[in-house]
Amino acid sequence: MDLQTLWFIIITFLFIGFFVLEGFDFGVGILLPFISRDDRQRRTIINTIGPFWDGNEVWLITATSGMFAAFPDWYATLFSALYLPVLIMLVALIFRGVAFEFRSKRDNPAWRSFWDWSIFGGSVVPALLWGIALANFIRGVPVDGSMHYTGGLLNLLNPYALLCGITATLIFTLHGAIFLTLKTTGVLHERAMEFAKKLWAPATLLCILFMAYTTIETDLFRHLGVNPGIIPVFSVLALISVIFLLQKNAAGWAFAMTSVAIAFSTITIFMGLYPRLLVSSLNPPWSLTIYNSSSSAYSLGLVSVVALVFLPIIIMYQGWSYWVFRQRVTGDSELEY
Amino acid sequence: MDTLFLARTQFAFTSIFHFFFIPLTLGLSIFTAILETAYVKTGKEKYKQLTKFWGHLFLINFAVGVVTGIVMEFQFGMSWSEYARFVGDIFGVPLAIETLLAFFVESTFLGIWIFGWERLPKTLHAASIWIVAFGSTMSAFWILVANSFMQSPTGYTMAAGASRPELVDIMALIFNPHVWQQFPHVLAGGIVTAGFFVIGISAWHLMRKGTNRNGYETSLKFGAIFAFIGTVVVILAGHSQMQHLLKTQPMKVAAAEALWESENPASFSLFTIGDEEGLKDVFSIRVPKLLSFLAYNSFEGEVRGIKNLQKEYEVQYGPGNYMPSIVTSYWSFRVMAGAGTLMLLIALLALYKVIRESYTFSPVTGALLFWSILLPWLANSSGWLLAEMGRQPWLVFGLLKTENGLSPVSVVSRGEMMISLAVFVMLYAALAVTDFLLMKKYAVAGIESGE
Repeated sequence: MDLQTLWFIIITFLFIGFFVLEGFDFGVGILLPFISRDDRQRRTIINTIGPFWDGNEVWLITATSGMFAAFPDWYATLFSALYLPVLIMLVALIFRGVAFEFRSKRDNPAWRSFWDWSIFGGSVVPALLWGIALANFIRGVPVDGSMHYTGGLLNLLNPYALLCGITATLIFTLHGAIFLTLKTTGVLHERAMEFAKKLWAPATLLCILFMAYTTIETDLFRHLGVNPGIIPVFSVLALISVIFLLQKNAAGWAFAMTSVAIAFSTITIFMGLYPRLLVSSLNPPWSLTIYNSSSSAYSLGLVSVVALVFLPIIIMYQGWSYWVFRQRVTGDSELEY
Repeated sequence: MDTLFLARTQFAFTSIFHFFFIPLTLGLSIFTAILETAYVKTGKEKYKQLTKFWGHLFLINFAVGVVTGIVMEFQFGMSWSEYARFVGDIFGVPLAIETLLAFFVESTFLGIWIFGWERLPKTLHAASIWIVAFGSTMSAFWILVANSFMQSPTGYTMAAGASRPELVDIMALIFNPHVWQQFPHVLAGGIVTAGFFVIGISAWHLMRKGTNRNGYETSLKFGAIFAFIGTVVVILAGHSQMQHLLKTQPMKVAAAEALWESENPASFSLFTIGDEEGLKDVFSIRVPKLLSFLAYNSFEGEVRGIKNLQKEYEVQYGPGNYMPSIVTSYWSFRVMAGAGTLMLLIALLALYKVIRESYTFSPVTGALLFWSILLPWLANSSGWLLAEMGRQPWLVFGLLKTENGLSPVSVVSRGEMMISLAVFVMLYAALAVTDFLLMKKYAVAGIESGE
């Protein structure tokens, strides 16, 4: 395996980390205004993700810096092409990030409501935008022979990408609802369960629809770098199993299955892309690939060593933090936020 | 306003704003960690209250530092795509290492620290804030490794006709002398910022003669030590950095001194009003030989002037303007150095008070200690302004000019750039006001006694 392929796998892994982990805290953020009845419940909901959300977001930052270091042209072309969407995502993440810190610093209900809606907006917008972005990676965007984007904002907002955005948002919301059932008790627990059961059908249906649309809209299943084989099938099966697990009150397993569904969908998309990074819709040879966009072997080797040594350590201490806060958050616990 | 100007303004604005928060994060994380360690060692409730008080202020500051930092991670690709392509092979490496080694540690353990008061044994809880402090410091280090490459590139090779330089020696990148000049300066700057922050707020409370005097006295004691040690190190490191820059970026030094012609021995400008078009002084008060002394620790030695360097660079790099904005460089240097001198005096004053254990201040002393809060911010911002503006017209010194790093206008239009600049200005202004008011609220509320 060459270093470019190794880095393609590492970046896929970082995106899986981002979607699976930040996915549930986006979901919890999206559900926040709808699932709660009073301020105490809202604080409880926020506290279920309080210790984790920042560490989860670093998976995105690391994926981004990994793109910069390993595939500078990908990083450069992608973020200049997505200028306004990235700006919107940044604004959303800024509101969300400070909201967690600011919301409980004043008692004023209007103040709290503003930051609660910031958490909602800051969760739904990035979820939607990353769905849209990912679909455009594989559908192709107008990139010319010198790796410059020639399209506008409207090229990105096609029905296929929008479907992917909505699907991703729904799956994250389902993922978050199941996380909430695991971390809460009493009324909140029951309501989270209801939401999870209600969200399951539309999320699963849209996911299947998206897979079908993908076969029509993209060359993902025809022109394959690596055949994802039955991985997408597993992804859908995992999602289907969720409802049965929820009915048996096996929320832990249901959460594992939404995690599998998210991880396998991400793998499917990246396997379909490989060895391309950004498909050019103008002319296939103009696509950015892991070979025409990569850093030198020296730099790739260097960051590979750092990533391979530190990712297991990161997983260990993040895992430990989940273990420290493994108990359910009840209304009686001391509510820091 | 052309796109280049907009992109530069946006980058300057977002990075200076980001750096409003970083030094306090660096210093206050260490400060909070020391207080919590005192709590663990002595078991005294007082130290727990102090940890919570300063820790609260640390967190309010930290939140804005993090979210404005995320913007920086994307901005190189958004507005400076050609720069990103050009330096990704080198510049991307420390950035990636920073997220893997520092950012993860910092964010994960901060979550553990905030929510872990009841869940973790005392020692582990105190250890987690030390890990946060370590993570923040590491983060600063790797960012400075990246920045130092722009100031004074090392460890790379650029083949004739190649489209980009490539990294060949990571050790040369890390042990770039510029890193080891800049890192102590920036880290000490963080200690100074936290020191005066603590001094100012403690002095304010002590002036008000409210409850918990003992807590503020202890804080002032720690704060004065922080401020004093930090200021001494920051000045020494700054001095040493200036001497280093004479060798690597002489134009930056000449601009900071408004030294038009080479001089030997060189005089130091106390106050100059210059004519930037005509490249000459309109009015100037100068101390003979002092600049040579500052540069070489001797009253002899040539310091090269702006005009001479311009000619040298024209020979070396071809025709062009190699002069940064002299007004900006000159005044930002003076503001930084002036604030530094004032801080040294005020730190000595605070230290004197602490040693004498006299915690009742005259109104003038009290006001001086309180308003000194602002000095580090002035010095931090003007210091970066000098570092980055003084590097112009280069984006990567000697390798890439700023104008060539911009995203093509066909990809990111002037309109888009205007939208983003407007969004950042409005959003950051709102953030600054909100954060300031919250800080003020919690600083005024003071130490919570008894639980």
